[in-house]
Amino acid sequence: MTTSGGPLLVAALLLPLAAMLAAFVLGRAQAPRVVACALPVGLLLALAILADLLCSGEALVYLLGAWQPPLGIALRADGLSAAMLLTTTVVLGVVAWFAWGDFAQPANAPEARQPLMFWVLLPAVWLALNTVFLANDLFTLYVALELLTFAAVPLVCLEGRPETLRAALRYLLFALLGSVLYLLGAVLLYGVYGTLDIAQLSTRVHPGVATWAAAVLMTVGLLAKTALFPLHLWLPPAHAGAPAAASAMLSALVVKGSFFLVIRLWLDVLPGEMMLEAGQWLAGLGAAAILVGNLVALRQRRLKLLIAYSTVAQIGYLFLMFPLAAGLVGMGLSDAPAVTGGLLQAVSHATAKAAMFMAAGLIYSTLGHDRIEDLQGVAQQLPMTVLAFALGGVALVGLPPSGGFMAKWLLLSAALTTGQWWWAAVMVIGGLMTASYVFSVVVRTIVAVDPEKMPKMAVPRYREASVLALAIFSFLLGCVALLPFEVVQVGRLGSVLP
Amino acid sequence: MTSITLFGLCAAVLIGLGVYGLIVNPQPLRKILAFNLIGSGVFLFFGMIARRGAASGLGGDPVPQALVITGIVVAFSATALAVALLLRLDAAGGPSGLDDAVDGES
Repeated sequence: MTTSGGPLLVAALLLPLAAMLAAFVLGRAQAPRVVACALPVGLLLALAILADLLCSGEALVYLLGAWQPPLGIALRADGLSAAMLLTTTVVLGVVAWFAWGDFAQPANAPEARQPLMFWVLLPAVWLALNTVFLANDLFTLYVALELLTFAAVPLVCLEGRPETLRAALRYLLFALLGSVLYLLGAVLLYGVYGTLDIAQLSTRVHPGVATWAAAVLMTVGLLAKTALFPLHLWLPPAHAGAPAAASAMLSALVVKGSFFLVIRLWLDVLPGEMMLEAGQWLAGLGAAAILVGNLVALRQRRLKLLIAYSTVAQIGYLFLMFPLAAGLVGMGLSDAPAVTGGLLQAVSHATAKAAMFMAAGLIYSTLGHDRIEDLQGVAQQLPMTVLAFALGGVALVGLPPSGGFMAKWLLLSAALTTGQWWWAAVMVIGGLMTASYVFSVVVRTIVAVDPEKMPKMAVPRYREASVLALAIFSFLLGCVALLPFEVVQVGRLGSVLP
Repeated sequence: MTSITLFGLCAAVLIGLGVYGLIVNPQPLRKILAFNLIGSGVFLFFGMIARRGAASGLGGDPVPQALVITGIVVAFSATALAVALLLRLDAAGGPSGLDDAVDGES
């Protein structure tokens, strides 16, 4: 049944679509304004969906054309979707604010491809992510994943340099292999259970050879897109080579799209006893990602590559939630702490990493390079930017009151409750390694140098302010602990709970 | 061996060949072709699933047939994007392989 808030979900898809088409048709001069008008409306929509969800206590559903699944297609928003919708809109809003200077050119300049494409691709990423969060059948999710890839790959090579083109091509090939494996798994599930609708699958799926084969194929495909170790090889060159605003979108949001699907698959579609077995493997890869990603990040000499490898490590934390959730359910407890921790880690990383990439972009455009050993004096020149970088770093390390602290605290306590201390150890070691590379960058920037020697390139204040605003948001995110906690539990499909 | 089993095995062989080619071939164009081979295998698999639905008395299950058309469109656009990137890379004068030269100070 379509719920009363259902039309909001359609609006959340139509708005970015309309913005994307309008930006493309109206051209470079108007495109930034179109996006700037659409994003606040999108924020209101996301808040309305969240409010409706909290008031009714049930998931929002919209049946397209009033056709029931499995023949019809349903849109569905639960607590996880609403939280991710809100995060996406906030991060994209700040990225657009930041990119105003890079990509909004004077009206008398000749029509350039790069700015127009940026302002078309930003709503395209938004549309694809909203579809990932709201779609409720495996095939629509496949199309949404492909849309996300097609929007993200051109962002990597906006500047058109050979090395970025190569990074984009490598990313595309990884992503295509990932999505075709996902599609194969989805067809297998359809062949066995006769439906693609997630709500229907969650009641029908039971462990078996075909289900395991489908689960493994879909998961491996999604891991290639999420860049979980050892399928992370495409990520650092792709994310570090893109322009700062594009890197922020790619690192903060695009990898979360496929991760969200991993959550949907294991928490909603597949039965809990399968997660109990597979969770250890997923988290094992996550732990390897944390250790390897942080270790390689420590050895980087360039700031953007350091941040990109830090993304590889932070993606690892996301996957620690699976054995913890399975363990909690196995003990007859609610899996809410683990799921909330995982989701909060995704939101916290999205905001912090976007802020850090944009801060690195400002440092790059001021100094003309981003070599870590030559960052002395940046804090004199760009105090707000360095503060934003440090606050983002604090959120990654997980110091209170940042969102990263809340996320890691929830995951740590879930690990100790379920007696899986080894995941707790990995989290603590990873936090120390993160602290050391964030610290080594910040310490270099605050070394004072003779002001005469600094380049005089000025960065507009509003761009520094945009980065700082996002970093402060990420820093204070831990305060959501003061809110009622059950947001992510609203409208969860009951397959995991005993 | 029924025709459904035969088609299923063909699909599996196509997918296997494609995955092998995608991993082993160093050349991007061959990787793109290998991806298309995997795609063909998956679409054949779709057809087989649709035919199995015929067991309930219908001529064939229409849902996989509808999905396969969308899938082909998506795979076609993906191939077009990949080939366009490859052409741009060639025009930009970079070496055509996917391996990075040593990261310079850019």
